[in-house]
Amino acid sequence: MNWEFILKYLPMYEKAAWLTLRIGLLGIVFAIIVGFVCSTIQYYKVPVLRQIVAVYIELSRNTPLLVQLFFIYYGLPKIGIQTNAEACGVAGLAFLGGSYMAEAFRSGLEAIEPIQTESAYSLGMNRCQTMRYIILPQAMSISVPAFVANVIFLLKETSVFSAISLMDLMFTAKDLIGLYYKTTESLFLLVVFYLILLLPISILGSLLERRLRYAGFGA
Amino acid sequence: MPDLGLEVLLKGSNMLRLLQGLWVALRISLIAVVISIPSGLLFGVLMTRKNVVLKAIFRVYLEFIRIMPQLVLLFLFYFSTTRTFGWNLSGETASIIVFVLWGTAEMSDLVRGALISIPKHQYESSAALGLTKMQTYLYVIIPQAVRRLIPLSINLITRMIKTTSLILMIGVVEVLKVAQQIIEANRMSSPNAAFGIYLTVFLLYFIACWPISMLAKYLERKWR
Amino acid sequence: MEVIFLGTDIVIYRTFEKSYDDNLILDDIDLEVHQGEVIVLVGPSGCGKSTMLRCINALEPIQGGEIKLNGEKIDPKNKNIAELRQKIGMVFQSYELFPHLTVLDNILLAPMKVQKRKKEEAEKEAMALLERVGLAEKAKSYPRQLSGGQKQRVAIVRALCMHPEILLFDEVTAALDPEMVREVLDVMLDLASQGRTMMIVTHEMQFAKAVADRVIFLNGGKIVEEGTPEEFFEHPKTDRAKQFLNTFEFHEAKTHVK
Repeated sequence: MNWEFILKYLPMYEKAAWLTLRIGLLGIVFAIIVGFVCSTIQYYKVPVLRQIVAVYIELSRNTPLLVQLFFIYYGLPKIGIQTNAEACGVAGLAFLGGSYMAEAFRSGLEAIEPIQTESAYSLGMNRCQTMRYIILPQAMSISVPAFVANVIFLLKETSVFSAISLMDLMFTAKDLIGLYYKTTESLFLLVVFYLILLLPISILGSLLERRLRYAGFGA
Repeated sequence: MPDLGLEVLLKGSNMLRLLQGLWVALRISLIAVVISIPSGLLFGVLMTRKNVVLKAIFRVYLEFIRIMPQLVLLFLFYFSTTRTFGWNLSGETASIIVFVLWGTAEMSDLVRGALISIPKHQYESSAALGLTKMQTYLYVIIPQAVRRLIPLSINLITRMIKTTSLILMIGVVEVLKVAQQIIEANRMSSPNAAFGIYLTVFLLYFIACWPISMLAKYLERKWR
Repeated sequence: MEVIFLGTDIVIYRTFEKSYDDNLILDDIDLEVHQGEVIVLVGPSGCGKSTMLRCINALEPIQGGEIKLNGEKIDPKNKNIAELRQKIGMVFQSYELFPHLTVLDNILLAPMKVQKRKKEEAEKEAMALLERVGLAEKAKSYPRQLSGGQKQRVAIVRALCMHPEILLFDEVTAALDPEMVREVLDVMLDLASQGRTMMIVTHEMQFAKAVADRVIFLNGGKIVEEGTPEEFFEHPKTDRAKQFLNTFEFHEAKTHVK
């Protein structure tokens, strides 16, 4: 292992990691918004929109992110929708992640028994109040494990961004391997940086899951 | 109607080439699945055993495989084997190996989850009925665990198929690579081919995965 | 279709029908509840007694007739239904406390968010009510830390804190262990003695006898018989009621052996 090489290219990886993190988090935020809107539409069974959401979810869940990105980045400009690579990465991640987030939220909402709603109604709460004070707080905490799993999944998926020439960690590693043949060092740094990105949230995820599974409210 | 570049598909054997590319991807994922499922079953059952050392080693393997993006695993395997062992693996072989390693890890975790999800009183009531340990597994535990497991393993197949899109990045000529080649070759005659061709690839993946997802969903609902 | 009108100061119901698809669940119900009256609904399972309470709280729509409270129509589609529901307290078999809130927050949520009452005032009342049912020290506990009987008493307090004009109890002891049934029934007896208007669905016949001003026997979605507890339990008029009451009797098994 050539430590000199590692130290020399550490800043390059660091920069790439920030890019991964920035685009990843931005994409995840949009995915959360898309997921929230979709699950609300499904929960309230809004006609027409509900069917559109169903089609979107199937399309998004049954195609790879890489193909989605290729279509957005190389395909859409041909019909006049031009974006830069970063916006494209965010859009792709939101398109993919939106359906996963929607499913996570939906399973949380569905886990709340309808009689909880009735119980709130019988206290004179309206639909809005019931949603805000009774359904959402419970549904949110039920979907936390699935939500965290999705965040990890989406951060991992960002590894394909190099295919649309975003200079992320994969791009950097591939570049260095190609340029200097320092395969071991480049891959070592790649693994280390992904561990730094993913390990904390993965540990947080399993802690949360354990806490929710064994304790529940009031622990 | 704007030019969507769809006419390229009908030119020559382009559509056929795309389908062949898709078959490369599907073949890799199918081979990987066929190997991963039994080995995942084996490791999953081993994980419920009490051997601490075995468990710890496997746990590290499992966590590492699951936390790393699959693309990183592909890179690791593809580039480092060449370097360290001097093997010159083809991209296809490297991807099969990586998918098997990954699939085994995922599958064993599903098996472990399915086994521990069977409530303890199922074992107890079987014992109370006088069933032996073997009979308990055979008639009570495994049938229930399998019902939980099958939809999840079917989902693993679609995840594999989707992940095969990554093997383009280690130089395997699969559907996306073929798409790139077609677009490149028709750059002059159909400048908008990227739209039509990538849309087609998108739909091809959807057609490959969607029925499998539906089957998993159907089984999940039926056996709940 | 208006079947019967039962006039009263506070609560008025008119006959109503409720059906699932073509299956008539409640039919030709004609019932008037007076202020301060305790009505116990009994009948075999599936007779529609729980559905009746749910209709009265507008948790289910009705297809005919009408239900009125103080002259105001109860209808799920009614714009001010949330306001009307505040006057109707309901306690469920499965307690339905909100698991993410403490006991006190469970009780205070609706008074503060729906009735916009001051926290100090509502809290004072809530604590007094908790004291009365013997649960003051559980105010900061979460529902999952309580026993079934305690949860149900909290659920009753939660309903009471909204100052309802009528209280509906839907088999509130059916899910409880026998030794906890008593503590809940005692609370209800206490409420009855305060002159609360109550409608109770229950399978506890001894309790029904003790608490009811009027017993209503439902069968197949119809009111088959009604009367004072003495009339109904001691001298049931219809065969169906006799048969029903008989299911609560046990005959010496051993005498039949040999």
